[in-house]
Amino acid sequence: VQSFLSVFRSLAMLERTVEKCCISLNSRNSRLVVQLHCKYGVRKTHNLSFQDCESLQAVFDPASCPHMLHAPARVLGEAVLPFPPALAEVTLGIGHGHRVILRSYQEEEADSTVKTMMTEMSIGEEDFQQLQAQEGVAVTFCLKEFRGLLSFAESANLNLSIHFDAPGRPAIFTIKDSLLDAHFVLATLSETDPHSKDLGSPEPAPQLQDYSTPHLDDFANDDIDSYMIAMETTTGGESSRALPSVSLSPGPQPSHSPDPHSEEEDEAEPSTVPGTPPPKKFRSLFFGSILAPVHSPQGPSPVLAEDSEGEG
Amino acid sequence: MKFRAKIVDAASLNHFTRVSNMIAKLAKTCTLRIIPDKLNFILSDKLANGGVSMWCELEQENFFSEFQMEGVSAENNEIYLELTSENLSRALKTAQNARTLKIKLTNKHFPCLTVSVELLSVSSSSRIVTHDIPIKVIPRKLWKDLQEPVVPHPDVSIYLPVLKTMKSVVEKMKNISNHLVIEANLNGELNMKIETELVCVTTHFKDLGNPPLASENASQDRNPEQMAEVHLDIRKLLQFLVGQQANPTKALCNIVRNKMVHFDLLHEDVSLQYFIPALS
Repeated sequence: VQSFLSVFRSLAMLERTVEKCCISLNSRNSRLVVQLHCKYGVRKTHNLSFQDCESLQAVFDPASCPHMLHAPARVLGEAVLPFPPALAEVTLGIGHGHRVILRSYQEEEADSTVKTMMTEMSIGEEDFQQLQAQEGVAVTFCLKEFRGLLSFAESANLNLSIHFDAPGRPAIFTIKDSLLDAHFVLATLSETDPHSKDLGSPEPAPQLQDYSTPHLDDFANDDIDSYMIAMETTTGGESSRALPSVSLSPGPQPSHSPDPHSEEEDEAEPSTVPGTPPPKKFRSLFFGSILAPVHSPQGPSPVLAEDSEGEG
Repeated sequence: MKFRAKIVDAASLNHFTRVSNMIAKLAKTCTLRIIPDKLNFILSDKLANGGVSMWCELEQENFFSEFQMEGVSAENNEIYLELTSENLSRALKTAQNARTLKIKLTNKHFPCLTVSVELLSVSSSSRIVTHDIPIKVIPRKLWKDLQEPVVPHPDVSIYLPVLKTMKSVVEKMKNISNHLVIEANLNGELNMKIETELVCVTTHFKDLGNPPLASENASQDRNPEQMAEVHLDIRKLLQFLVGQQANPTKALCNIVRNKMVHFDLLHEDVSLQYFIPALS
């Protein structure tokens, strides 16, 4: 892709000088020939070598996805701005009041003492032209790829549709205009493997209905007090600054059993975020569309194709 | 322990963002101290910081329309939090077009400073961005290390030249040597020198002015031309200068000969004190 792109690198120059562009295939020499016919009789010929390869056909059908949202790409483009550039994955879902939530996804390492900042963007459903999904559904996918396809859609001023299903099933992003029809298919994190959890029943993937969506009115009560009592008594005799992380590890949380509509939970922590990370089981194909996004996929690795032959 | 505060006007929000950007440039990790009328950003002079320390103070009522705090206890009505400065400045960056900003102490699996921003939106709906900044609550035992530093009696006290100019000089000097000598006298002269085997470069600043002497016994007999010098690690000085985006309302430099340099700045209504120790 890079060599092909380099032919069209300078858009300004192309607009000024190129009158015609001919693309042809020279199968004898295995060359893709791109010929730019420019002003003043200048002709630039680029011979790009290529290799035949097996093409993967992704199996996906947007119509089979129960959930869908449709909005100008700009809305979503603005929505991902607050997230750190280095963030790998984001969770998209529907929260309280039918708001669309984008939340940074962090794979928590149980032994990690360094916590990272969590960012959440909440958008009212009025900003969407179409929203077909219930509160509580959510999928997690690669943010880098999402940003890539968003910037493409935004630059063309197009609308974007997101079709998604249960966690683990691919999410399909579609962009359409008179000239093109693009489908970007991204893998989503599947639900937690039951065997990896020691809490008994498998925890479902992040339930957005329990996530805090700050209300526009004033604060509810903080939870810091009970934590502080625990901390003061534990660190009384120590001089170290380390937090008693034991008391914080997400063990059984009796006071926060899923009660999505309890008002006091508004500002409390998301109770069903699993403590141990869901293993990254990308059971679905990770596939770039017919119009590949500008950025080369650096997303979740490794890519697993169902029933693939001999790949790692 | 509770803390919640709200900013509703754009000017205060931008000002607070600028302060947080400055702190992020000056210290990777810092302590935020919250008391009923003030906020402090503190860097204590630990070995890990290379002996550099910082004390930044702002009056909360100059920024917040609402401010409520409850410290660890009634007698110790203070809160000390350790956080990664960049997280705060990044969170505030998203508040550029905000209607309101709320900050509060929460406990979401671990203690956080939650910054919640309601963004202006073209449509009637509002967009809300929430950032949970992980923090470490600092226990009372350690508060003594985080008190306002005592400023030792300086040998020379002088007003600084334009910081941008100082910064560009130091930036260039850094390419030549890591060892910088800063010296000043009571005649409004300040010099920055570096010296290597091959070259010796000095930048002279004149007519800077000195603040009136605090004590009378200071130096009626002292020669005003006499320089007081400190040898510094140039990178520490540069880090300080890089953090100063705008020219401060007041900028003072106190030199304790061969011991340390103390910078005392006032950016509008936010005071910043920065201490750089002499090279040993």
